[in-house]
Amino acid sequence: MTMTKALNAGLRKAMADDERVVLMGEDIGKLGGVYRVTQGLQDTYGPRRVMDTPLAESAILGTAVGLAYAGYRPVCEIQFDGFIYPAFDQIVSQVSRMHSRTAGHVLMPLVIRVPFGGGIGSAEHHSDSPEAYFAHTAGLRVVSVSDPQDAYTIIQEAIASDDPVLLFEPKRRYHLKGEVELDATLSTEDSMGRARILAEGDDVTLVTYGGLVQTCLDVARVAQDDHISIEVIDLRSLSPIDFDTVASSVNKTGRLVVTHEAAESGGIGAELAAVITERCFYSLEHAPVRVTGFDIPYPVAKLERHHLPDLDRILDGIDRALDRPNSTSGSGDQW
Amino acid sequence: MVEAHLIYAESDEEVAEAAVQPSTFEQLIDHNGERGRGSALEGWVSDITDTGLIAFYEDMVVVRRIDTEATALQRQGELGLWPPLLGQEAAQVGSARALAAHDFIFSSYRENAVAYCRGIAVTDVLKPWRGVSGSGWNPFEYRMATPQIIIGAQTLHATGYALGMQLKGSDSVAITYFGDGATSEGDVNEALVFAATYQAPVVFFCQNNHWAISEPVALQSRANIVDRALGFGIPGIRVDGNDVLAVLAATRLALHRARTGGGPTFIEAVTYRMGAHTTADDPTLYRDQAELDAWSHRDPIVRLSNYLRNSGVLTDSGQNAVDERAAAVAAELRAGCIALKDPDPLSIFDHIYAEPNSKIVHQRARYERYLDMFTDAEPSGGQR
Repeated sequence: MTMTKALNAGLRKAMADDERVVLMGEDIGKLGGVYRVTQGLQDTYGPRRVMDTPLAESAILGTAVGLAYAGYRPVCEIQFDGFIYPAFDQIVSQVSRMHSRTAGHVLMPLVIRVPFGGGIGSAEHHSDSPEAYFAHTAGLRVVSVSDPQDAYTIIQEAIASDDPVLLFEPKRRYHLKGEVELDATLSTEDSMGRARILAEGDDVTLVTYGGLVQTCLDVARVAQDDHISIEVIDLRSLSPIDFDTVASSVNKTGRLVVTHEAAESGGIGAELAAVITERCFYSLEHAPVRVTGFDIPYPVAKLERHHLPDLDRILDGIDRALDRPNSTSGSGDQW
Repeated sequence: MVEAHLIYAESDEEVAEAAVQPSTFEQLIDHNGERGRGSALEGWVSDITDTGLIAFYEDMVVVRRIDTEATALQRQGELGLWPPLLGQEAAQVGSARALAAHDFIFSSYRENAVAYCRGIAVTDVLKPWRGVSGSGWNPFEYRMATPQIIIGAQTLHATGYALGMQLKGSDSVAITYFGDGATSEGDVNEALVFAATYQAPVVFFCQNNHWAISEPVALQSRANIVDRALGFGIPGIRVDGNDVLAVLAATRLALHRARTGGGPTFIEAVTYRMGAHTTADDPTLYRDQAELDAWSHRDPIVRLSNYLRNSGVLTDSGQNAVDERAAAVAAELRAGCIALKDPDPLSIFDHIYAEPNSKIVHQRARYERYLDMFTDAEPSGGQR
């Protein structure tokens, strides 16, 4: 099934298992959301548990805080990545702090679903990657999914978590198909918090999340033709980051390439490069390499392929990490 | 019941004039302590006898005494900051005393009288202002959320809580407190939209105290604030916020409406911030003494005292009893405040997440090792 259907099935199961789960968002009722992730859920659970809301993102989050006070576990859909900013204050000033502000008396078991990232040829504000803002904020968990099985499992884990979770769903992989084990029982081991190794390799550790996971698997396959062995890691969790999994891989390979669509400065890649340098300094054969979106507003559709890391740009990053001829060769500038 | 009074001021002078002469509100006891009988709110307080009003009077005297004591504690360095409620005693006591035990309060940071009426220990109220705790109490124990400082944000929490009560079929009502300044915030306007759309059982209690730090209410609104509610499809009541009986009546009406499926109500309680915004503020830089003088004639406590004296239920010995009670609470507050010790440094890592979090575990362990390097040092505030 597709990732969309997998998310839908995960939501349906969570709602069936727990009456406290309520859905809120714009166009999530009859329409089933602009990406149809909530399709049919209002038919089953009614308009009170699957609420079409007025168009006010701060209010979606602010009322979700109140619903959490009342004992509910709200799942809020933000229609597009670029629409989350009006809700930023409620997320960072209220949702993230209510548990600590109240010395643990008030839980904020919210899930904030955010379709994110580019590659869909859309208009402005429909292709952002705002995850680093939230990964920087204490009290939030930030998670991304990359395939249908993970989407099905992790959305249920996120709903079951007593902490607020931002779940970033890569829009361009919504139609990615894969086998989904619908009877799988929820892991008690916090799988959404653990990075997973999707391809084993010895030469370079390639770390990513979300929409670029599939791209990185392609990179590993193509690199094999050049006899380069790449270990691909899907982070899943961006806050906290499972540094143990990445560090043990880098201690083996000696080289780290991180790639994401989000801007380079202050991004997840910067955090990984810093921590892995701290932890694996004596294992590193090369400085960590970042292959990311540029520090620019997301470009217009006809130019987005120049902004998004793709197979060739990531391979170029691999070449940099391996000191093979690459785009920086001869420039005297490794940066 | 209460007709809308749409008054659009033509000039800044007119707005300023309207601010000093609030004429169009519901009132039961006027500023001279005269009991009127013409208000449509009358029926909501027919059970309140003059003797019964003594309890409200005591509340107001006590909370003003708390306020004075806390301000003094700030001046003496025992509190980092304090937001005085001087002048707003009737608005807070009248509304808080209208609530049922199972209603839930989402307040701003100045509702210290509401907390007092809710039975919250005065020392607990001080904790965030002394800087020893992010909040002072368990919200579920008193059914009052802990103070929230981002202007207007709590109005959405109240609306969400009310949606939850509606979903559960509970008759618990949410009430949210905010000021005239907050009505310019997007969150308050969004809360009004959501509350109206879903007919949520929530009461919007706006204390129009005429000042948002240094900005007069005219800078927030060219119309009476209550009239904005109409545009959202929410009925409004403009009440004399310095008349505890009228505030009680208006809040009872709103609570009854919410509890019986009638949806939200917006109350504008017209009152006045007689003190500073906080102890860090200096109102002499922006406020005329004449305005303050005009409002001192509308003091909520003086008027109730006059009424109760004239009706014979407040005697000298009664006043002494009230004063003694206030002094006792103030002494408890002072002793409790000074006894609040600095928390353990490592408690900064507590409750950031409900579940174990590797980032916090790591940083806490690292800082603990760092602090342990200083175990031989002289202990002082904040050290282990």
